[in-house]
Amino acid sequence: MFEDISSKLETVLKKIKGQGKITERNIEESLREIRRVLFDADVNYKVVNNFLEDVKKRSLGQNVLTSITPGQLIVKIINDELIKLLGSEKIDIKFSNEIPSIIMIVGLQGSGKTTFSGKLARLIKNKGRHPVLAACDIYRPAAIEQLKILGKQIEVPVYAEDENKDALAIAKNAIDYAKKNARDTVIIDTAGRLAIDEEMMNEVQKIKTAVNPSEILFVVDSMTGQDAVNTAKTFHDKLNFDGIVLTKLDGDTRGGAALSIKAVVNVPIKFASLGEKMEALEPFYPDRMAGRILGKGDIVSFVEKAQEEIDVKEAEKLEEKLKKNKFDFNDFLSQLKQIKNMGSLSSLVSMLPGVGNALKGKDIDEKVLTRIEAVILSMTYEERENPKVLNGSRRRRIANGSGNPIQEVNRIIKQFEDMQKMMKNFNKGKMFNMMKKMNIPANFKFN
Amino acid sequence: MSFLDKFKRLKDSLVKTKDDLFGKVNRLVNAKRKIDDEFLEELEAIFLSADIGYDTTEVIIENIKARAKSDMYDSEEELNELIYSEIKSIFAENLSEFKTYDFKTDKKPFVIMIVGVNGVGKTTSIGKLAYNFKNAGKSVLIGSADTFRAAANDQLEIWAKRAGVDIIQKPNTKDPASVAFETVKVAKEKNTDVVIIDTAGRLHNKTHLMDELKKVKRVMQKIVQDVPNEIFLVIDATTGQNGLNQAKEFSSALEGLTGIILTKLDGTAKGGIVIKINNEMKIPVRFIGVGEQIDDLQIFDNDNFVKALFEK
Repeated sequence: MFEDISSKLETVLKKIKGQGKITERNIEESLREIRRVLFDADVNYKVVNNFLEDVKKRSLGQNVLTSITPGQLIVKIINDELIKLLGSEKIDIKFSNEIPSIIMIVGLQGSGKTTFSGKLARLIKNKGRHPVLAACDIYRPAAIEQLKILGKQIEVPVYAEDENKDALAIAKNAIDYAKKNARDTVIIDTAGRLAIDEEMMNEVQKIKTAVNPSEILFVVDSMTGQDAVNTAKTFHDKLNFDGIVLTKLDGDTRGGAALSIKAVVNVPIKFASLGEKMEALEPFYPDRMAGRILGKGDIVSFVEKAQEEIDVKEAEKLEEKLKKNKFDFNDFLSQLKQIKNMGSLSSLVSMLPGVGNALKGKDIDEKVLTRIEAVILSMTYEERENPKVLNGSRRRRIANGSGNPIQEVNRIIKQFEDMQKMMKNFNKGKMFNMMKKMNIPANFKFN
Repeated sequence: MSFLDKFKRLKDSLVKTKDDLFGKVNRLVNAKRKIDDEFLEELEAIFLSADIGYDTTEVIIENIKARAKSDMYDSEEELNELIYSEIKSIFAENLSEFKTYDFKTDKKPFVIMIVGVNGVGKTTSIGKLAYNFKNAGKSVLIGSADTFRAAANDQLEIWAKRAGVDIIQKPNTKDPASVAFETVKVAKEKNTDVVIIDTAGRLHNKTHLMDELKKVKRVMQKIVQDVPNEIFLVIDATTGQNGLNQAKEFSSALEGLTGIILTKLDGTAKGGIVIKINNEMKIPVRFIGVGEQIDDLQIFDNDNFVKALFEK
């Protein structure tokens, strides 16, 4: 759902990757790019500025491990801040102790209130409650009819009064209906209204006062732009709503409105609505969402794993060797071991931005590292330090010793040589780059 | 409604927008008479918060900067004029023969297809279009090709009744193309002036739904070549940067759009996304929706629009 922002951040990442230490300057540069990304994602102007202030503050105080670049660290910080902004946990909707519980659905025209009302009714019905839908949108032509059709689909009763032009009266009558018909929850679908339409805002406020809902949900189209904050704020001032519902997230919008609204009204986002089918409703997971924003949370977890597993001194030693162009099979082996410590290959690959997407759904041969390891372990120390001596008969011996066909041994040696050549070419021997390059070429088998 | 009334209505409905976007520009210009970094930064903030988007804002600001350097200006009016003309120049011209509701054409029926994502106000806009055509003395037939959304048929039928025009519906079909086909066929037989085809709201990233739209377009051409004569994309003024994706995808699926209907301008949203769309794609804004009444759809005139925005 947030694919666009993910891919944009990947581009930013590419730009800021491979730089030395965190400096005022590379932070500024990264933040400028990220600022653009966030604007393109419709995050509100003011929210962006505050957000980046926070990120900057946090970034400047941070120590950078040799194993990751400043850019990656900044992205991790951004991810953390995003989660913080989106809310760090999911919160369920409230039901009252009295029967029936009343849930009010409010929002602008066309945000998806009626469809969401149906979805919510279905969801709580499946959880064992007995909802009734109250058709209080008396303005939009055929809105009542639409709710009736949805009610039929999900087998939930709909309380409607076709001729009544008083939304408040219908809401009250719906509650009476619920009491008489053993329905424990009333979901009130209200009409869409503009935040500046005072008459309409007063109407919805009156309904609130009269029915005293245990939950008011504000429905907002995830494609909304900068205006999201104005609307959310006005609705919140009037109604003090309890939760936000993001709709149409099955589109390709980046959904920055979610960040903006959350930042302005500080009310949890409770649902993500993803399509026109009645079952297309999910709880909102801020961490997942922030993860998606950064490309499935990948680089962040990758950095975390690298921080956990990679021995800083080892890495420094390796950097030295790379500079002197003395990378040999022993180094290769120790690298392999560190990578293996970080987890399964497929999970690692899936964390790499871009790579993860490209390989989605493809099987990765998890044994490839073990095989390479066996081949190296079958070499003598001399061979590991000086691979040039690996002639035909030595290779046959290694093949037999490691239990691999000779072609496999040749292939691994060839890849190693390619890697050596590649390393000669890059000047800044940054650990992460190297690992990345080691991982990605043809030594993975995709079935 | 006289032109002046209309202009006043437009102005009234844009009061909010004016306060938020151009009102701010005006105040900014009044406060400062020099184009310096601070001025440009504030201008940037105003544009960004109007959904004009980062890139387009950058372009506009660069242009203003460049012109400010080369042109001599020494009054507030001139500075205002500079910004005003920069924005105006971004809007594409309407090159269609359909400029007013009583327009002359030898195309009969003149077919208009309405597309857009969910909830932007397609059906409502169609009701208003039909009403205006009817008032201008044209015969209108609406095709209800939203065969997907619950009660879409009923909603359109109510609008058709309000506008006093005929409608073709096939409540039992799930095939929008067949409704469109039928509508154009009937219109041809009855010698109807204008056909308006409603389509279901769809997100532009759903390939199968976009393919369905292509089919709707294709089958109408079996009856009358070269239809639809207009394809309008309806965009909600609250839409953010995704609006450009919408324009791109609908345009590429339908081999071009002839215009945009910008709805819900009576709220606080500024609809600045159409400026971005026009900067990149030059799709003329043809109508703006400024209220919920049946006569609240106005023909977009970039001059009047910008004038209304700047009017003090």
